[in-house]
Amino acid sequence: MTTESQPTNVERRADRDAEHWAKPVARLRVTAIPEGAAAYTVEGRRLTSPIQGFGWLWQKTFRVRLDGANVTPAEVIATWKQHFPEFWPKGNRFHKPLAGIAPGEVALLSVAAGGPVKLSTGIMVVYADDESFTFMTPEGHMLAGWITFSAYREAEATVAQAQVLVRASDPIYELGQLLAGRLENRFWEATLTALGRHFGSAAAVETHVVCIDRRWQWSQVGNLRYNAGLRTAMHVLAAPVRFALRPFRVRQS
Amino acid sequence: MQSVITAEVRKATPAASVVDIGGDVTGACERELMDAYASATEGQARAVVLNFSRLDYMNSGGIGLLVTLLVRANRQGKKLLAFGLSDHYRQIFELTRLGEAIGIFGNEVEALAAAGA
Repeated sequence: MTTESQPTNVERRADRDAEHWAKPVARLRVTAIPEGAAAYTVEGRRLTSPIQGFGWLWQKTFRVRLDGANVTPAEVIATWKQHFPEFWPKGNRFHKPLAGIAPGEVALLSVAAGGPVKLSTGIMVVYADDESFTFMTPEGHMLAGWITFSAYREAEATVAQAQVLVRASDPIYELGQLLAGRLENRFWEATLTALGRHFGSAAAVETHVVCIDRRWQWSQVGNLRYNAGLRTAMHVLAAPVRFALRPFRVRQS
Repeated sequence: MQSVITAEVRKATPAASVVDIGGDVTGACERELMDAYASATEGQARAVVLNFSRLDYMNSGGIGLLVTLLVRANRQGKKLLAFGLSDHYRQIFELTRLGEAIGIFGNEVEALAAAGA
């Protein structure tokens, strides 16, 4: 007769939880570059938490009640994962990873950050389960931290929520945040409005913004060297030079 | 959302308090965690040691609360340390780079020694 030790509830829960988290990575690797995307500001970068950011620490919560929609939180999250790029405001692109929004996947982004140049950056999916998923930003992204998308039941309605915990990555982004921080709020309000509309809800998005730390982390000022905005601008400006050198490079090879 | 965290504070030494955390650490347990921190830093305590030995579950909301706790500790010049994390949650601390700011130790004795308490 063999006896098997039964896992405790705690062990079972930890096991289930483990499969929802990405494994630690030293540096990001981009395995596929979709058409129109760029990986040079993401490849080889490390993830950044709010601890590695420069600017004030913000917690922003955006939520919309899906009034009248007969959907469970799991159905909302499944739809959100599946159609994530479609809910983004026009002018911005989220290149969904081939494997979808799953733990460990890296997605490339083109973001309208003011001016004619689109900023190329990315995110990594660090957590994903049936009722929530979390993105974490790499070095060079405007923001250092993470954003969690979730859905839950409240007073006979399903509520969809995006919660951001971030600092601006460097002094240039911080200046942008202080001057135009509301643009970021509008971005997520527009996203949740689009999600609500998809489920037939016209409810307004509730926004709750809290500044957790009004201190600049000068120890992180060196993040400037990864600034994806500057790197994207330099990449665009250097395009004619790369074009001029192309025949030379072909001949060399 | 209902909170199912337990956070009991004990003075391990005059200079360090230990917060024994049990149950679920999620975004819903902000009040319990912040109250425990406030209680832990009363008096002479220069370090707060988080004991995760009885932790069942922690999600990204819970990790966010630890960031908030860390900000508070830094502002007050207190050390924040931790022990009792399972391999799984150690990996999460590594992934989220929280482990670079919160000292992680194998047991309470090591954590208190690092706290200089």
